[in-house]
Amino acid sequence: MPDAERPPMISREDVLHVARLARLELSEPELEKMREQLNSILTYIDRLKELDVTGVEPTSHAVPMVNVMRDDVVVPCFPRDEMLANAPDRVGEFFRVPRIIED
Amino acid sequence: MTDTPIHELADAYLRGETTPTAVTEAYLARIARLDDRLGAYLTVTREQALRAAAASDARYRAGTPLGPLDGAPLAYKDVLCTRGVRTTCGSRILEGFVPPYDATAIERLGAAGAVMLGKGNMDEFAMGSSTEYSAFKPTRNPWDLARVPGGSSGGPAAAVAAGLAAGGLGTDTGGSIRQPAAFCGIVGLKPTYGRVSRYGLVAFGSSLDHIGPFARDVTDAALLLAAMAGADPRDATCVEAPVPDYAAALARGVRGLRLGVPDEYFIDGMDPEVERAVRDAVDVLRGLGATVERVSLPTTRHALATYYVIAPAEASSNLARYDGVKYGLRVAGAKDLIEMSSRTRAAGFGAEVKRRIMLGTYVLSAGYYEAYYGRAQKVRTLVRRDFEAAFGRVDLIVAPMTPNVAFKHGEKEDPLSMYLNDVFAVPADMTGLPAISVPCGFSAEGLPIGLQFIGKALDEPTLLRAAHAYEQATPWRTRRPSVPS
Repeated sequence: MPDAERPPMISREDVLHVARLARLELSEPELEKMREQLNSILTYIDRLKELDVTGVEPTSHAVPMVNVMRDDVVVPCFPRDEMLANAPDRVGEFFRVPRIIED
Repeated sequence: MTDTPIHELADAYLRGETTPTAVTEAYLARIARLDDRLGAYLTVTREQALRAAAASDARYRAGTPLGPLDGAPLAYKDVLCTRGVRTTCGSRILEGFVPPYDATAIERLGAAGAVMLGKGNMDEFAMGSSTEYSAFKPTRNPWDLARVPGGSSGGPAAAVAAGLAAGGLGTDTGGSIRQPAAFCGIVGLKPTYGRVSRYGLVAFGSSLDHIGPFARDVTDAALLLAAMAGADPRDATCVEAPVPDYAAALARGVRGLRLGVPDEYFIDGMDPEVERAVRDAVDVLRGLGATVERVSLPTTRHALATYYVIAPAEASSNLARYDGVKYGLRVAGAKDLIEMSSRTRAAGFGAEVKRRIMLGTYVLSAGYYEAYYGRAQKVRTLVRRDFEAAFGRVDLIVAPMTPNVAFKHGEKEDPLSMYLNDVFAVPADMTGLPAISVPCGFSAEGLPIGLQFIGKALDEPTLLRAAHAYEQATPWRTRRPSVPS
């Protein structure tokens, strides 16, 4: 867990962990540069700790709104071929990807 | 004709002095002559533009024009989907992407008769403040080619400033319409969050993204907004409120308006020429009959830090869709799905986009969520409360748009120094409040300076009215850059 009083310090292992979560392959030079830059940005972001936010409601959206409803009616959707036209690899009406299930 | 505002073009069409085709051809000729130097466009849609212009000609001949935007040649930021026209977001990962539909904003402008000249350059996925992070090419500032046009909507901003489009569309998540408008000496309007449908806008930060116009003057900005604004069943975050007559609000002047000048928008290290131009502009507004008082927005210095938690967090989630499966780039030869996605994203995204994805993933990851994202959302509430308190006393905030004029290409190598350029821009995105940048002077070196107004939610009429009164009282909009060909 992060220590609220300590400036953030991201390690090489942290960067590798986050890169895996983000599905991003980083080269060796990218990794070290990323570590330095993230630390510098997080040090700047650390000023948020100066403020007392006890009891403050979070704002997730600029304009408060909940549950925008529409009538439950059938509307046409895009033709399948148009939606598949940008696929990097397809078979018939499917996107093709590397095998993910063992035989 | 390539320096005429849209509302005057429409008058010229009505009087038969020129035609949409003649004006569109003039713009296309200027693009062909100058855009190699400027880099404003990623795609020029010449054939499509000429067809749309010919249809507009026919409507004017028949006496049935669609309104003031009929025959207006525009540049659209390449983050807005255009049916059948490639939409790259300035990224290699979408290099060949051809959307099957139009963004609502573009569909509505098309229905009003606007002519698309092409798709404007931008920082990759709208992340940046200089348009240097486009994967394809940088855009240059028409006032000084050694300088940046601002960003992320630098392409359409430079196009409008240089006479390569009569108007345009940008997007503003952390200043990306207003900052390039300031750097390029044009008008840039970010409407209230939800005022313009975001259907067909490729998402960056969904709670922060806005679409808005670039224009030569405030009247054109009002006309462009009017054509786009209003509810859209395809965007649930689009507000239902009726759309007022923005153009009718313009002529009412500023007499009796209460303007607030925030102390926190004049900071150490800001360019003294910018400060002087903005203070002079406030004097002009006072002279026109507005009352001016100091206000305080104490969390201004925290707003940018909050933004750099929330925007990357939302971006890391939105950009997860670029996995090499459904559209865009796929790197061949991977042995499994995760490797395919990880290598595709490594090859397809540039350094700034990777940085923001990493930052966003980090602040959302287990153990850090509350310390960063949770806290940032609470500070966002404090930023909102600052504005609510100020708007209890004044009708509009008036402030500098940026702390400095356009900087040189390559000048801001450090990511954080680039971010700091948007310190006065992000609060309006965080709060969703409408804001506009209008030209308010030039530095000694001849670079434009922007004046920012921020209004109450959905109060674009007052915002536009003050901006228009200031514009009409000052000579800045008549000065145009001369781009060497």
